[in-house]
Amino acid sequence: MGKITGSQAIVRCLEEEGVKTIFGYPGGAVLDLFDTIDQSDFVNVLVRHEQGAVHAADGLARVTGEVGVAILTSGPGATNGVTGIATAYMDSIPLVVLTGQVPRPLIGNDAFQEVDIVGITRPCTKHNYLVSELDDLVPVIREAFHIARSGRPGPVLVDLPKDIVASMLTYPEKKPIDMVSYQPTYQPHSRQIEKACRLIMKAKKPVLYVGGGVILSDANKELTELAKKLDIPVTMTLMGLGAFPGSHELSMGMLGMHGTYTANMAVSECDLLISVGARFDDRVTGKLDDFATKAKIIHIDIDPTSISKNVKVDIPIVADCKIALTAMNSWFDAESNFNLKEEAARHAPWFKLIREWTEKHPLSYEEAGDIIKPQYVIEQFDRLTGGNAIITTEVGQNQMWAAQFYKFNEPRHFVTSGGLGTMGFGLPAAIGAQMAFPDQTVIDIAGDGSIQMNIQELATAKQYNCPVKIAILNNSYLGMVRQWQELFYDRRYASTTMDVVPDFVDLAKAFGAVGLRAKTKDEVIPVIKEALATDNVVVMDFKIEKEEGVYPMVPAGKATTEMLLV
Amino acid sequence: MKHTISVLLQNKPGVLSRVTGLFSGRGFNIESLCVAETLDPGTSCLTVVSRGDDAIIEQIMKQLHKLIDVIKVTDITEQEYVEREMVLIRVKAESHTRAEVLRVIDIFRGKVVDVSAKSYAIELTGSASKIKAVIDILRPIGIKEIVRTGIIAMPRASKNK
Repeated sequence: MGKITGSQAIVRCLEEEGVKTIFGYPGGAVLDLFDTIDQSDFVNVLVRHEQGAVHAADGLARVTGEVGVAILTSGPGATNGVTGIATAYMDSIPLVVLTGQVPRPLIGNDAFQEVDIVGITRPCTKHNYLVSELDDLVPVIREAFHIARSGRPGPVLVDLPKDIVASMLTYPEKKPIDMVSYQPTYQPHSRQIEKACRLIMKAKKPVLYVGGGVILSDANKELTELAKKLDIPVTMTLMGLGAFPGSHELSMGMLGMHGTYTANMAVSECDLLISVGARFDDRVTGKLDDFATKAKIIHIDIDPTSISKNVKVDIPIVADCKIALTAMNSWFDAESNFNLKEEAARHAPWFKLIREWTEKHPLSYEEAGDIIKPQYVIEQFDRLTGGNAIITTEVGQNQMWAAQFYKFNEPRHFVTSGGLGTMGFGLPAAIGAQMAFPDQTVIDIAGDGSIQMNIQELATAKQYNCPVKIAILNNSYLGMVRQWQELFYDRRYASTTMDVVPDFVDLAKAFGAVGLRAKTKDEVIPVIKEALATDNVVVMDFKIEKEEGVYPMVPAGKATTEMLLV
Repeated sequence: MKHTISVLLQNKPGVLSRVTGLFSGRGFNIESLCVAETLDPGTSCLTVVSRGDDAIIEQIMKQLHKLIDVIKVTDITEQEYVEREMVLIRVKAESHTRAEVLRVIDIFRGKVVDVSAKSYAIELTGSASKIKAVIDILRPIGIKEIVRTGIIAMPRASKNK
């Protein structure tokens, strides 16, 4: 076989891995690579800022389940990508980020656009590599994809010195990857499954607490089967929304800091908490000492470090969520003593209590005449898209209102930066999602603050005909921080007022997009309808109630039962 | 409680910083750390001594194991084991203390590895408690300089092997 260049080898690797779309930004150190990519069949999306490239690859990965790919140049190109990488790391999103590096003889010499990106990203990648030998190039890229998508997924960075990419090599044949030091556990321990199932059959007040792991392992069907089979109410974390149908009667909605009254009360009162693919994050548990104190806890997670990290667990099950849930479903199918009617009868008083909580404090907000309430906007998006759009969000109030008032019935339809809470995530992520599904309605729910963090990506959306719809809930504040200042800092709004904000309608036009504005409640529905009917990038500017808050709210460090309500 | 944890690693560039970065990033404590290659030049053995309650040690073990380049993690403290540390001590040895220093070194089975008119440099190997005992005895005489390797450890062979 003839020799090919390093960059040709990389392109061939990406093709082997099934990559179709790449997000990137060129520069001196990756000139060869982009030159080769330009002659290949990939859709190569030129973003306007490297952070946007990584978020877009992340958005694509979240909606498809495939590995997202971003290519950045050395130095500032690579460091600009770090926020995107950390975002993906916190939410366990499979990415391969290829960065250019200065030629090997210059490494360590403070060369132009040199940075130790492997050192910088060590704590925010699942793994990373500097390719220091030509022979390692292809095996490392294959390993990177394997690590990114297997076990608990995550971003993997591969740093590519320019001289290696330009060298000639013989392309090695693909072999199965076998790493002695990396063997994720997929199969649950059968004794643990049995113990868990027997505990579930005894529970009078069980709750399923479901996180992003269920979506990552495509276990939503198995989870729904288990919940229905056993008549167990379900609450989801921010990352878990869509893992179970939000409009199903067993769904209690989201739990935690801005979770529903019902979900937080149920977790506090339950006698059995079945956690699937969730990690007991502080935004979920509130004050740890008061979290689910009456419950035995079953915890299914593929990552052993998540188990008993924050909350001591009674039955740990290290496994892939889908395989573990399948095993549990089969166990109940085979168990002759198990009968749904008996389960339902035993849980009846529990459901009565849950219904009472929901009737007493449903998710709600106060109407205010003509003034637009953000929750109303989200409700109308839900209604007018049939709950089937892909929703991305920025971070803050916009994110929480979207999570509360859009009823996600399908997994991989809610794309949000959960762990890191990255403002500026929503627009590039929406572009990534739209590139994957050109015919889907993709809506970025944004705030006037966070949209400005990556607003340059409007040009990317326009250039690649991504008709994403951006809904700015515009209150002229950094709303979530303002809400904390209102509640905990005597309404001193330090640094949260944006006196100068662009005219988003004019700005949209400047990018060749469509700009629409709603100032009163009756303008909301026509604006949404027009946006959904427009085959172009649309920016909607909703002038909302300025000091609206997100409720319920559990103040930081308090027990989740100590909610501030509307 | 003090735990001695043995970690078998891929011998690759940057592996040590993955381990130390993990400890500093997650606020775990390192009392000592030793690393060198094993019989197989492709792997290294790292011995780290840390302190923490059971939950913290459990997290340290799991987090170490989660690193892609880590092959095996063992909490040696949970079993019968031998631990050794080597220390080089330069101790004052003037005419009236030279004999006493030599006697102490002899009792602890140390060796003089460098001599000057006013000092001895001694080499000594032992468990952490033995090293501490030597230092406590030599301190009043006058320790000028001390360099320690940190602890390395190995489980004892089980009786039926």
